[in-house]
Amino acid sequence: MRNSLLILVLTLCVVSCKKEVTEVASFNYDELKPLLHAQDDKIYVVNFWATWCAPCVKELPYFEKINKEYKDKNVEVLLVSLDFPKKINSKLIPFINKKNIESKVILLDDKNEQFWIGDISEKWSGALPATLIYNKDKREFFVEPLTYETLENTIQSFLK
Amino acid sequence: MKTIKILSAIVLLVAISAFTIVPDKGYKVGDEASDFALKNVDGKMVSMADYTKAKGFIVIFTCNSCPYSVANEDRIIALDKKYKSQGYPVIAINPNDPVVQPRDSYDRMKIRAEEKGFTFPYLFDEDQEVYPMYGATKTPHVFLLNKDDGKLIVAYIGAIDDSSRDASGVNKKYVENAVDALLKGKKPTETYTRAIGCGIKTQ
Repeated sequence: MRNSLLILVLTLCVVSCKKEVTEVASFNYDELKPLLHAQDDKIYVVNFWATWCAPCVKELPYFEKINKEYKDKNVEVLLVSLDFPKKINSKLIPFINKKNIESKVILLDDKNEQFWIGDISEKWSGALPATLIYNKDKREFFVEPLTYETLENTIQSFLK
Repeated sequence: MKTIKILSAIVLLVAISAFTIVPDKGYKVGDEASDFALKNVDGKMVSMADYTKAKGFIVIFTCNSCPYSVANEDRIIALDKKYKSQGYPVIAINPNDPVVQPRDSYDRMKIRAEEKGFTFPYLFDEDQEVYPMYGATKTPHVFLLNKDDGKLIVAYIGAIDDSSRDASGVNKKYVENAVDALLKGKKPTETYTRAIGCGIKTQ
C-alpha cells in the first residue's frame, strides 16, 4: 500500500513537478549580441534585470505571463540577469526555483559596460530594469519598469 | 484658410512628435546646473551656495539599498577625501522614495552614514524634485559640476570608474580623471559614461 502510494506520488511528480534549475549559462557581450539581433520571424522580448532589483522582481510575473500566453504566437522571452557573477549559486538559481521561472534566464557577465550598454540602446544609461522588444524589422527599448498593459500592447503592435 | 489649418496641424504634429521621440530629460554636459536645498543626515539643510570656496562639486546620487551603491561607498569616501581639500567636495543625494524601498528612509540614511563614517553630506531628495532636474536615472550616478564665472556647469555625467561591481578591477577612474583635468584648467576628455545601476524608486 505504502509502495503504491509512493509510486503514485512519483508518477504525479514526473508529470507535474518542474525540474529544478541547477545552472545558469553565463554570456559575455559578444555571445549575447546575436540574441539581440536575430533575423528570423519571431518577436523577442529581452528583459535586463537582477534579483536585488525590486522593480525588476515586481515586473517579472508580466514577462512570465507573456512567455506562457504568447509562446505559440512566435514570441520568445529572454531574461538577462545582471546579478553579481559570484552570486549565481547563492542568489540567482535559488530565486529562479523559488519563483518557478519558466522563461529562459542567462547571466550577462561582461566588464565593458561602458561599451555594451550604449550598444544595446543609445538611450540607456544602465539603470535597471530595462527591456528590449524587437523583431527583424523594428526595435523598441524601454528604460523604465513596465506595466503588463504596456508590455502586451507593444507585443500586439509587433504582431500586427 | 483651410491650408493654414492643415499647415498648423502639421506643425503641431511635428512639434508633438519631436517631444515624444527625444525625451530631453535632465542635464547634458555643458548645461548650467541648479542649486538645491536638501536635508542632510544631521538635520541641517544643505545648498551648494553654502560652499563659497568650492571650485565645483562631485554630486553623486546614491542610496543604502542598491548593491552597486554599496559596492561604491568606499570609493565615494575616497573621492571626497582626495578632492574636498582641492575644492571639489562630494555631495551625496538619496533620490529613492522610501515608501517603495523602506531601506532608503531618512532614518536608515542616518544609520548608514554613521556606520560608514561618511565624510560628506548625505542629503535626502524627499520631494523627488532634484534627481529629475539633473536627469539621474539610477544609483550610483555622478554629476561633476565646475564653477565657471559663478555658474555651476556640468562637466561630466556617469560612473565613478569602469568597474562598478568590483573595486579591485578598476582600469579607468572616470571621475578622478575628470576632476584632475578641471584642476589643471582643462576640459575632461571623457565626459559621459554608462554603467549598470539600480533604477531610482518612485511610486
